[in-house]
Amino acid sequence: MKKITLPLKDEDIKNLKAGDSVLLTGSMITGRDAAHKRLFELIEKGEKLPVDIIGETIYYVGPAPAKPPYAVGPAGPTSSYRMDKYTPLLMDNGLKGMIGKGARNKAVVDAIVRNGGVYFAAIGGAAALIAKSIKSEELLCYEDLGTEAIRRYKVEDFPCIVVIDSKGNNIYETEPPKYNRE
Amino acid sequence: MEIRKIKADTIVQTVKKLFMDCNYFIGDDIMTALKNAEKTETSPVGKSVLNQIIKNDEIAKDEQIPLCQDTGMAILFVEYGDKVVIEDGSFEDAVNQGVREAYEEGYLRKSIVCDPVFDRINTKDNTPAVIHTKIVNGNQIKFLAGGKGFGSENMSAIKMLTPSYGIEGVKQFILDTVRNAGPNPCPPIVVGVGIGGDFEVCAKLAKQATFRSIDTQNSDERYANFEKELLKKINKMGFGPAGLGGNTTAIGVNIETAPTHIAGMPVAVNICCHAARHKSAVI
Repeated sequence: MKKITLPLKDEDIKNLKAGDSVLLTGSMITGRDAAHKRLFELIEKGEKLPVDIIGETIYYVGPAPAKPPYAVGPAGPTSSYRMDKYTPLLMDNGLKGMIGKGARNKAVVDAIVRNGGVYFAAIGGAAALIAKSIKSEELLCYEDLGTEAIRRYKVEDFPCIVVIDSKGNNIYETEPPKYNRE
Repeated sequence: MEIRKIKADTIVQTVKKLFMDCNYFIGDDIMTALKNAEKTETSPVGKSVLNQIIKNDEIAKDEQIPLCQDTGMAILFVEYGDKVVIEDGSFEDAVNQGVREAYEEGYLRKSIVCDPVFDRINTKDNTPAVIHTKIVNGNQIKFLAGGKGFGSENMSAIKMLTPSYGIEGVKQFILDTVRNAGPNPCPPIVVGVGIGGDFEVCAKLAKQATFRSIDTQNSDERYANFEKELLKKINKMGFGPAGLGGNTTAIGVNIETAPTHIAGMPVAVNICCHAARHKSAVI
């Protein structure tokens, strides 16, 4: 299990290999469908973003509300492919890391390789467990989007696995065939 | 049988409890299947994923918090006894009020937007619910309710097969749908299959199938065997827990059928994640 500090350093990204189990500690932002659409459209128009994405890691999540006394609500990953349309442009504008679940298209893999980024998967449907590693949340922008607003999470030992590394190796492509018995 | 009067609030409270309970407490059928799979899974990563899912579901139960952040679209299958009269309100309003209170007071996520294409503004109370009502003879109301997450819902598919496709065509379509879903719908999955009816009945059967406990089987032995065969075949695909490789891609395949037209053999596949949530109640 590798321990990695956020924000990601280029050197750390280079050393991460597809299949590595990692624990992330530090700061990440959240965002999913609606927030991605807004960020994408602002970049296309050449306008300033309400949140600095340079060097950031974004977690694709729409959390459930926090139940007192807990600081955050259950917060598991959502399916990443819905962000594929927006991801290459965000990466070309500085985004480094992504955490989600499920497959990405070729344009995203190319953007990861081109920009020296990384794609992690968290376990889908393990929201209550994952929330234990999220220590605080802060609303950054797009409050009107409710659960889809962009937040900052401070995390400690957030568990995930490197699915697509900076060389473009992808364990969704390489691991399942090893267990195929068809 | 005499007419039975009930208060709208009885429905509100019943529905509210069903949606809170189903989001906090995973069914025994799923928990047993996950624990069995943890023993038989050959991939070390897969085993670890299953272990974390089990831990997750235990945390949710202990703390009474949602086991998944996608607390779903509120779906209900209702058998409404024709001798039941609601004396102070409407059935639909009472059900939606129950959903509203569960999602608000139960710290569940509100995931419904008012318009699919143009507005996409959150209704902020997770209504409206999807209510499938069947009028039956009797003086009770039976509810089967669940929150359906859309990570898996989006991987579902329907095809209007025709009779000459036969059982092989049905099998092919189901397996293709699961294969196309791959790692996306939070495996290990529950596969709900509807066969027969017309276009919309077929889709509804598939959803009903995902709402059936996975420790049950179709009452027709031929379909029960088909369920077993499909489960075996799906688990040979290799996707495994979280799609990271392994021999536990699905923990259940449920089939529901209905009479259909001489020209048709529709098949619908409703995919559900391992957080297959459903609870029932009778009032």
